[in-house]
Amino acid sequence: MIPAQFDYLAPSTVQEAIAALAEHGDDAKVLAGGQSLLPILRMRLNAPGVVIDLGRIAELQGVSEDGDHLVIGAMTTYAAVLASGAVSTHAALLSKAIATVADPQIRHRGTIGGALVHADPAGDVGAPALALEAELVIAGADGSTRTVAAEDFFEDLFTTAVGEGELLTQIRVPKHTGWGAHYEKFVRVSHQWSIVGVAATVRSEGGSIAEARVGLTNMGSTPLRARSVEEALVGQPATDEAVRAAVASVADGTNPPSDLNGDSDYRKHLATVLTRRAVLAAAGA
Amino acid sequence: MTITEDRAADAPTPEIGRARTRKEDQRLITGRTRWTDNIQLPGMLHLAMVRSPFAHATISAINTDEAKAASGVLAVFTGEDLKDIQGVNITAWPISADQKTPDHLPVAVSHVAHAGEIVAVVAARSSAEARDAAELVDVDYDELPAVLDLKQAATDSVLAHPGLGTNTSATWQLDSASGGTGGDIEAAIATAREGGIVIEREYRQQRLIPAFMEPRSTVVDPTGEQVTMWSATQVPHVLRFCIAATTGLQESKIRVIAPDVGGGFGGKLQTTPEEFATLAVARKLGKPCKYTETRSETMVSGHHGRDQWQKLTLAAEKDGTVTGLKVELMADLGAYAALVGGGVPVLGAWMFNSIYKFAAYQFNVTTYYTNKTWVDAYRGAGRPEATYGIERLMDELAVEVGVDPLEIREKNWIKHEEFPFTTVAGMTYDSGNYEAATAKAKELFGYDELRAEQRRRRESNDPVQLGIGISTFTEMCGLAPSRILGVLSYGAGGWESASIRMLATGTVEVVTGSSAHGQGHETAWSQIVADRLGVPFEDIEVLHGDTQIAPRGMDTYGSRSLVVGAEAVIRAADKVIEKAKPIAAHMLEASVDDIEFSAGRFGVKGTDKSVSMPEVALETWTCHNLPDGIEPTIDADATFDPNTFSFPHGTHLCAMEVDTETGATTMRKYVCVDDIGNIVNPLIVEGQVHGGLVQGIAQALWEGAEYDDQGTLVTGSFVDYTLPTSADTISFITDHTTSPSTTNTLGTKGVGEAGTIASTPAVVNAIVDAVRSFGVNDILMPCTPERVWKAIQKGGAVPVEGERDAQPHFDEGAPNQDPGAASPESASEGSQS
Ligand SMILES: Cc1cc2nc3c(=O)[nH]c(=O)nc-3n(C[C@H](O)[C@H](O)[C@H](O)COP(=O)(O)OP(=O)(O)OC[C@H]3O[C@@H](n4cnc5c(N)ncnc54)[C@H](O)[C@@H]3O)c2cc1C
Repeated sequence: MIPAQFDYLAPSTVQEAIAALAEHGDDAKVLAGGQSLLPILRMRLNAPGVVIDLGRIAELQGVSEDGDHLVIGAMTTYAAVLASGAVSTHAALLSKAIATVADPQIRHRGTIGGALVHADPAGDVGAPALALEAELVIAGADGSTRTVAAEDFFEDLFTTAVGEGELLTQIRVPKHTGWGAHYEKFVRVSHQWSIVGVAATVRSEGGSIAEARVGLTNMGSTPLRARSVEEALVGQPATDEAVRAAVASVADGTNPPSDLNGDSDYRKHLATVLTRRAVLAAAGA
Repeated sequence: MTITEDRAADAPTPEIGRARTRKEDQRLITGRTRWTDNIQLPGMLHLAMVRSPFAHATISAINTDEAKAASGVLAVFTGEDLKDIQGVNITAWPISADQKTPDHLPVAVSHVAHAGEIVAVVAARSSAEARDAAELVDVDYDELPAVLDLKQAATDSVLAHPGLGTNTSATWQLDSASGGTGGDIEAAIATAREGGIVIEREYRQQRLIPAFMEPRSTVVDPTGEQVTMWSATQVPHVLRFCIAATTGLQESKIRVIAPDVGGGFGGKLQTTPEEFATLAVARKLGKPCKYTETRSETMVSGHHGRDQWQKLTLAAEKDGTVTGLKVELMADLGAYAALVGGGVPVLGAWMFNSIYKFAAYQFNVTTYYTNKTWVDAYRGAGRPEATYGIERLMDELAVEVGVDPLEIREKNWIKHEEFPFTTVAGMTYDSGNYEAATAKAKELFGYDELRAEQRRRRESNDPVQLGIGISTFTEMCGLAPSRILGVLSYGAGGWESASIRMLATGTVEVVTGSSAHGQGHETAWSQIVADRLGVPFEDIEVLHGDTQIAPRGMDTYGSRSLVVGAEAVIRAADKVIEKAKPIAAHMLEASVDDIEFSAGRFGVKGTDKSVSMPEVALETWTCHNLPDGIEPTIDADATFDPNTFSFPHGTHLCAMEVDTETGATTMRKYVCVDDIGNIVNPLIVEGQVHGGLVQGIAQALWEGAEYDDQGTLVTGSFVDYTLPTSADTISFITDHTTSPSTTNTLGTKGVGEAGTIASTPAVVNAIVDAVRSFGVNDILMPCTPERVWKAIQKGGAVPVEGERDAQPHFDEGAPNQDPGAASPESASEGSQS
């Protein structure tokens, strides 16, 4: 399919990109890996006059360490995140979730920043970002940057704290060294978005759960964090019975969608089963 | 499986039976070939279609001014503009004399009957400009109420075509009593109700969308003396006929070429509005035009498949001996009667009785129009639907009798020694050995071990239950004996044609009327001719898919190419040998009666004198010294009209694990032992079987076209129309038994559709078997985790003895479904809430 005509810009610094955004306003669209944006353009669901490709901005690429944080450039591809030993060591949950995204081709193009800004509630990066308490660094029009907690980043369906004229530049992830992790993704076919996904990471001490973090994919208009479940899990032994009881209410208050893959109630049921499984797997049980 | 025969030690290795890799694959797999969309002609224009967003509407006005003024645009045509030359998309098979068939204009003039129907065509210098301008065409529609549900269509409360006065297109019946092939079905059912067993079920065949790899594409060049159309079609010959029949162009002025075509699965067994529109615009403008669809357009405009409700009544004795079957089908044609159209469900008429012997049978189908995409052949066409119905019922009967489902089948199937066998539907099966295929499949599957594991899991209340599904299928393919087609009022014959051209340098051109679109005919036909004429495999070129090169043909569908098309090739080869003999005799200074042909050489009996086939070909070409009065050619043509169908069969066993906590299903093991007679190329067969299995499994688990209440296709892209990939399937265990067909020279049977026909019920039977202890006896396809989980919930965790009606009967109006089966309402379209 053929998108409507647009002009193409490929700045080489964040500053240039911000300037281009300022110039073209809402007629411009930022292009990262293109795995969500290009289908939208090709199906003519959107027709920006200008597309600003971030692909040539070196400073947005790669994974580094900054004390007790990992710093991941917004333009780092899924494949690069997966290949990073630092990520699998200090934020295993992110690696495990990203390994379930689409297929290898898409993981070589799609970026972690693009996924977060696209904010598809069925996308697999939001829930681990929440569970790991990531911080998102946003560059503003005036050259300033601000840092937003993942908790405050996702505002609604396809809507985040990244405002007009702004760019997501970095994802800062507190190290969760030694935490067990599991991403339980429920799909009908392998290349599908999550029908429901559960991201769980657990710090165990002497056979019981010392701390737990749980994020939910596609259980509402944004990724969700299940704080009450996290609290209920503290101090529990990593047994089927104890975890089953602690996660029983995980779907309370959620408002998942109904579609061909399942209605809202079915998704709520799935969330409880998948959370139990994710937590047990993360706890190594 | 290779076929071993005793042969002399010095005889060349036969080509037939060799697992050769396909000679066409280098160009097909790399894509460096002549797909239609790769064709570029000087001055060629590009077309874009304007399509109706509404399922049902009248067109009150179309304003094309803005589009005409857009950059690069040469012309914009509405249906009104093309009315006189665009022709009409016809149906080849009116199933009854009074069938109601609305006109299907390629570009709608005043009325659209499904979303996606073409209302205008833009011609521009580039496809991008055409697409941009298409957005500028302004169409005023007056929306009409749309009928989207098959059962609602049957009530005529809303009409898909108000002018027809009804949604019913036609009814068709096969009855064993009136046809003289068996007893009276109502009597059989009445007897069974008195003390036997009656199983009544209603099954749904959901709508599927053929997902060939290459989207459809058409190029028309009107600038020569003949108008040339290249098209990604399975049926270039049929297409030429239909163009001639409806556009005013003489058949002799039309050349249709199907260059390399990337798959079809029945989806390109069609003459499409897009082909006719492209032809009309090219003729209007006098310039070459190309149209290539997007996948989104394929989904709404390419024909869909299946879409039936099946009401089935099986009568049996207490011990499980089947005494009769009554079939009442409702089939959704979509908005128009397509090329085969109502004939697709009719093809199931001879297959619901399958491999079983029983005395009474009746098949009824009524076809209906709805405001959805038209429906036509999709891999298996009528036979998968039938196989699904009967194989699901046989499992239900086994439960009722309380025996293993394989046992109930064996009790009722045709015994090996009973072949040839004429069925209650009047078909004569030439050969088969259900016992042998089943025994082999059971062994490969580890049937008894898996049954034991199933029991263990059941007893221990394992959250993951195991089920075993069986499908002992047969099908009829090799379409088709022309006389039978004539009796059925089909608009053409079922023969196939071939020519063999012996070139001066010793190589051979084989011209076939079959039109391969991924099957591997070039390789298989080469193997056959290599053996027959004794020329090297590499020296044979197979030509097809161009009405100028292969002027006669009936094309490729219905697993017909090997058993009908290659039979014509063999007969042409035999004629070549006969024509070459007198020339060889002359060269060898011997009498024709003393000439023997073997392994590519003509020899004189009792001597070591011989000449090779290429030597005879060269001698014929120079023509310097031929026998007096002989025509100087050894080329030959043959046309073969089969006098019966081909009846492959097989036993498919499937083990499915069901996660009862989520409803997720996982295939554990799949074994199929097919009997397709003798095999020409085991590698190609393996490919057909694997691909076929996945398509059938996909119907059971993944695929289904769904519309919303407005008649918009919700599964309009591969995001929502969930096709499987290799990551979703397991390694299948495939094997064969061999009962050679007695109706063709090579003893072969068709294999193109077998896997698809057999696998769907095997999978669903396995899932139902896994959760039957929860009180479940049916799950709608596709068996999504949600449906499976809900069926388990509805069934109740502990089956209570006697709580369920052991023998449900159809109530007046409302089909009786056991608890656990999803209700028909929730099954109908638009089930997304
Ligand atoms: C077939 C298929 C299957 C898929 N399956 C999955 C799946 O299973 N799970 C899953 O999570 N995802 C899936 N995806 C989506 C994939 O992960 C996308 O790559 C991702 O959602 C977007 O990343 P991208 O880099 O491609 O972003 P793009 O498509 O380039 O951009 C997405 C949006 O974000 C904006 N944007 C991008 N980067 C920035 C930035 N730095 N600052 C501000 N705005 C920005 C763009 O303007 C655009 O609006 C699938 C995609 C496809 C095509």
